[in-house]
Amino acid sequence: MYLGRVIGRVVATTQYKGMEGVKLQIVQPLDEDGAPQGGSLVCCSELATGPGDLIHYEDGREAAVALTETYVPVDATIVGFVEQAWANDQDIAAKAWTAPKAKGSR
Amino acid sequence: MLIAKVVGSVVASQKDEKLTDRKFLVCQVHDHHNEPQNQYVVAVDSVGAGTGDLVLYASGSSARQTELTDGRPCDAVVMAIIDSWDLDGTNVFEKWSD
Amino acid sequence: MFLAEVVGTVVSPIQIPMLDGKKLLIVRPVHPDGTRTAKTKIAIDGIGAGTGDRVLVIDEGNSARQLLGDPDAPARTVIVGFVDAVEVGGELVFDHRTD
Repeated sequence: MYLGRVIGRVVATTQYKGMEGVKLQIVQPLDEDGAPQGGSLVCCSELATGPGDLIHYEDGREAAVALTETYVPVDATIVGFVEQAWANDQDIAAKAWTAPKAKGSR
Repeated sequence: MLIAKVVGSVVASQKDEKLTDRKFLVCQVHDHHNEPQNQYVVAVDSVGAGTGDLVLYASGSSARQTELTDGRPCDAVVMAIIDSWDLDGTNVFEKWSD
Repeated sequence: MFLAEVVGTVVSPIQIPMLDGKKLLIVRPVHPDGTRTAKTKIAIDGIGAGTGDRVLVIDEGNSARQLLGDPDAPARTVIVGFVDAVEVGGELVFDHRTD
């Protein structure tokens, strides 16, 4: 599992069958200081997650097992909200955070 | 899953017999700002995507979890065609905008 | 399996049911000498580890499901042991026993 933050939402009406009602959200992985770690990715979510939420996600084969319909081609799934992530004497969840903006917008 | 743009397709007449009748798409990875990255992947199509579409592809053993790829030598599958996505409430990409 | 250092804890009140009651720790994969080597991960604690501990982490689905005793668990990263000492090329590069 990895720590991450939801930064965006994806809409896709044409998907492989079995994924109806599953949200697709863009997640930025974070390290133990709350700093971005690697590039963003798209995760499935059956929880009530949304942009700005600190979450943890599972990747690989186990990501599909975390969904209700497990026979789906999914390699990343949000598995929980993170209320507190305490590392290096600070809480990542309490740190100030700025949402990445779409280019050209203010 | 990663966001990618379908930039072409692959024709391979000599390949493992388990891969016959499969459509292979050349996909260029894009980041969440829709900027193309220097990373390409060839993925089996499971949703009917075509050149120019922005898609999501799943990789690894998860890619074999479709009827088209189950038990076949495949490690990337296009599993959704993106209509739009947003960052902080502002649309970055909108398929039907033009 | 890989060597890691526990650097923090995660509190997750709302999560998929399989994870309910499991302790989650932030682990940083390290080289035998303690330098950081890969992406920070979150692991399920199977042994009662805490911040600062050097641990052994398994990162494979089938093994994790065996450890958790649940054939359908969507888990992969589980802490399986404390590291007392690491020896590389006949030299002790980490020895917790002397601390």
